[in-house]
Amino acid sequence: MLQKLFTFHGGVKPDSRKDASTCRPIRPLAMPAELVVPLHQSIGGTPRPLVRVGDRVLKGERIGAAEGPVSAAVHAPTSGTVKAVEERTMPHPSGLPASCVVIETDGEDRWIEREPVPWKSMKGDELRDFLRDAGIVGLGGATFPSHIKLRPATAPTHTLVLNGAECEPFITCDDMLMRERADEIVRGAGIMARMLAVERVLIGIEDNKPEAIAAMRAAVDGDIQVVAIPTLYPAGGEKQLLRVLTGVEVAAGRRPLDFGLQCFNVGTAYRVARAIDHAEPLISRIVTVAGNVEEPGNFEVLVGTPIDELLKAGRPRADTDRVLMGGPMMGFALPTTAAPVVKATNCVLAGSPSLLPPPPPEMACIRCGTCADHCPADLQPFELYWFGRSHNFGKAQEYHLFDCIECGCCSYVCPSHIPLVDYFRFTKSEIWARERERAAADIARERFEARNDRQEREKREKAERLAAKADATRKKLAETGAGDGAPPSPAEEAKKALIAAALERAKQQKSSVKARNTENLPADKQAEIDEIEARRARSERRTVEPPEPS
Amino acid sequence: MIAALLVMAGLALVLGAILGFAAVRFKVQGDPLVDKIDAILPQTQCGQCGFPGCRPYANAIADGEADINQCPPGGDEGVRKLADLLGREYKPLNEEHGVEKPKAVAMIDEQTCIGCTLCIQACPVDAIVGAAKQMHTVVEADCTGCELCVAPCPVDCITMEPLSETVQNWKWKYPTIPIGKAA
Repeated sequence: MLQKLFTFHGGVKPDSRKDASTCRPIRPLAMPAELVVPLHQSIGGTPRPLVRVGDRVLKGERIGAAEGPVSAAVHAPTSGTVKAVEERTMPHPSGLPASCVVIETDGEDRWIEREPVPWKSMKGDELRDFLRDAGIVGLGGATFPSHIKLRPATAPTHTLVLNGAECEPFITCDDMLMRERADEIVRGAGIMARMLAVERVLIGIEDNKPEAIAAMRAAVDGDIQVVAIPTLYPAGGEKQLLRVLTGVEVAAGRRPLDFGLQCFNVGTAYRVARAIDHAEPLISRIVTVAGNVEEPGNFEVLVGTPIDELLKAGRPRADTDRVLMGGPMMGFALPTTAAPVVKATNCVLAGSPSLLPPPPPEMACIRCGTCADHCPADLQPFELYWFGRSHNFGKAQEYHLFDCIECGCCSYVCPSHIPLVDYFRFTKSEIWARERERAAADIARERFEARNDRQEREKREKAERLAAKADATRKKLAETGAGDGAPPSPAEEAKKALIAAALERAKQQKSSVKARNTENLPADKQAEIDEIEARRARSERRTVEPPEPS
Repeated sequence: MIAALLVMAGLALVLGAILGFAAVRFKVQGDPLVDKIDAILPQTQCGQCGFPGCRPYANAIADGEADINQCPPGGDEGVRKLADLLGREYKPLNEEHGVEKPKAVAMIDEQTCIGCTLCIQACPVDAIVGAAKQMHTVVEADCTGCELCVAPCPVDCITMEPLSETVQNWKWKYPTIPIGKAA
């Protein structure tokens, strides 16, 4: 069946260089002695660790539970002992550490007990929670938790698109997956199509992968359609692929779901099928090792494997001077190859001065507009560049900086060799930092105002309480005053009278008290006491009187 | 002549009535300028500007009682934004009020804390939890780093810890060319 195809704006045609890594089948990698599994491997909340140092874990055991609404679990990729739960360097351009579970492998590779999932009888939420707890995330690069994308929207979703375009040079992990495991991809597509209740499923594959297209065509049946699309970078971008296949342009700030579309990577579909049919969580993935290596190819790699060991399997040449994660267009140089393979790792690319020469020095922008001609997101990169350079972040946002997918087409075509994407990444992270600060300031303002309100209220309440108490006392006084038969007088007079009465009472009490041991005394004792009393009276008079004359 | 006067007087009355009505109907509550200034201030509520909080400082700026360079947590960028907003001349931060520091949060040494609650009373954003004779702790996410809790502590168990960079809040650096190679 012929499918009408559309085009997206711009794009470039870099040399694809995919042949070297597709001539060998997917190979397994030797079990490393130690696996470093980062807890934070998806967009959203960092999963909370479920294991402690010294715990025995089995293959597929959950070691990090999803935390927050957007998050996905992480699992032990093999059996072994938890050696540490600590900060280790991440495969991230910053080279900063984050918390990881370090597992010492025991070589047994023993699975946790697994049961097939009765997914057809499960409710939608149950099934989505299952996928979340199986750690299924988008394997196209963004690692967005898939269960969230599989929640049916209010508007019906009519088309599910599987992304097998894989447009970036060197990378062939999806290509090889489609060639070798087409049946399970199709199975996963069927499960997702049912979850979203879509009418049709389209699998878009660039036409430079005829073997993958043939394998997928052989595997599909029914409503699933494999579509060969023209090879043009970045046809594998979500919005670009949807545009090519359906003609729908997903507007800025909207999601494909708003247009009845949903898009997943073929690798994600494969993982969904594995999770449902074999209760196998996302613990491994296919990674391409390419570039300056003797034996480029694709490997089935356990998450947490040090990139070093994976690279060794490809036998890097001696002049390798850096290692990239991802492709040459969108990838980044790894600060260290000791970092582990994560769910987002699709390619490990060895670079050498001849293979990936360092960019020539940046020259001034001549406003030729070539970048705008090639921008697949219909942006004006040169304008964004000026705004980023001058730290004019508000203006950059006005020019839709956040629609930039960082595909690198603009940097690729720039005649002045300006690293435009570097500027956009810088601008974006500055804006994010400012937004975080702004949000924190708003919370602080709210809390400060709430505290001030509370203090005011407490002060007011205290004053009211005191006033009420004073009122009550006054009333009581007035009442007791009336009971004594005194004429009605102002409160002050009543108080005075009360004080006078109290003084009088005290005096009477004092005079009425008499020492008990002075009763029934013999006469001589009485005389003695009288004498003492007289002496005391005299001495009192003396001490009181003298000051008067002087 | 009379007719013209009447027409003009009538018009004046009608227009005056409309203006009067509009003044009542579309009355602006509060001072929008203060809100705008307040939005620029970092809401640290530290009082280093000499006012008891960011809002009072914003009020003082709007009234012309305070200068725009008295907020160290807002830093140089804050002064520039205020200068932009108010059409005033930029001036460097007044060092009498303090110097710009990297953002930090308070940290209570829980071994030393005696549970006196003095820091809880000092915290302007209620970011310290605890009770009398119970250990206190700082809610890091809500701490603005104002340092107001440091001075009242009788056992000096509060320190300011600069926020460390993590994978989540790491920023891409401004693209630069190594000088040695470009030459």
